[in-house]
Amino acid sequence: MRIVAVCGMGIGTSVLLKMNAEKVLKQLGIDATVEAADMTTARSLGFNANIVLTTPELVASLTGLPAEIISIDHFFDLEELTKKLSKALL
Amino acid sequence: MSALSDAFGPGSIEVGVQARNREAAILAAGRLLVASGRTTEGYGQEMLDALTEFGPYFVLAPGIAIAHSKPSASVISSGLSLAVLESPVIFGSEHNDPVRLVFALCAVDHDSHIDVLSELATLLSDTELVTFMLNASTEGEIRSSLSKGL
Repeated sequence: MRIVAVCGMGIGTSVLLKMNAEKVLKQLGIDATVEAADMTTARSLGFNANIVLTTPELVASLTGLPAEIISIDHFFDLEELTKKLSKALL
Repeated sequence: MSALSDAFGPGSIEVGVQARNREAAILAAGRLLVASGRTTEGYGQEMLDALTEFGPYFVLAPGIAIAHSKPSASVISSGLSLAVLESPVIFGSEHNDPVRLVFALCAVDHDSHIDVLSELATLLSDTELVTFMLNASTEGEIRSSLSKGL
């Protein structure tokens, strides 16, 4: 299982998303690697990923990737991330 | 001292900031990075360029924006700043408008500031602390909340 967290710049949003996703995956007992990436890198990394995590504003720029795209509205609400990741993975 | 309170250099926090739109709010947070010696003037415009290119995706939770650009020549050292807006500003975020806490983040590379972000995420997931920060009237009160709950 390979997950890529994507934001515009690859230093803030995606890193926060990666940290929270790792917390949630651990709680769910799912073995997966999560990488943080900016848009440019994501377009190449995304092709090898099962899931792409991002924010609603960036979804349109990522469509076309052969990965499931999950968008997160509230970054500090682990419940939303848990719900969406469980739906995709369990 | 925690990694987070260290990331906010002297002069990097301002309460009661007046901003009439999202660009002014981002530039205000950018000026605090300059004031605290973490970036040169150009970084504010780089954050605005990121807004133009990708939209307000960095409004990460209700009322909270973390503006940033990528590592560049304008970044002196990694850090954070915070402008607490006097009045809420519309950023154009579908779920999280309007915004009152505007953080600006600068980083010298992609991973050396991860501890800081981790502490910031912990802080911002505590709704009581966020409410406290919104009601703070001095930089000192904000600083005390940075070290709480970590």
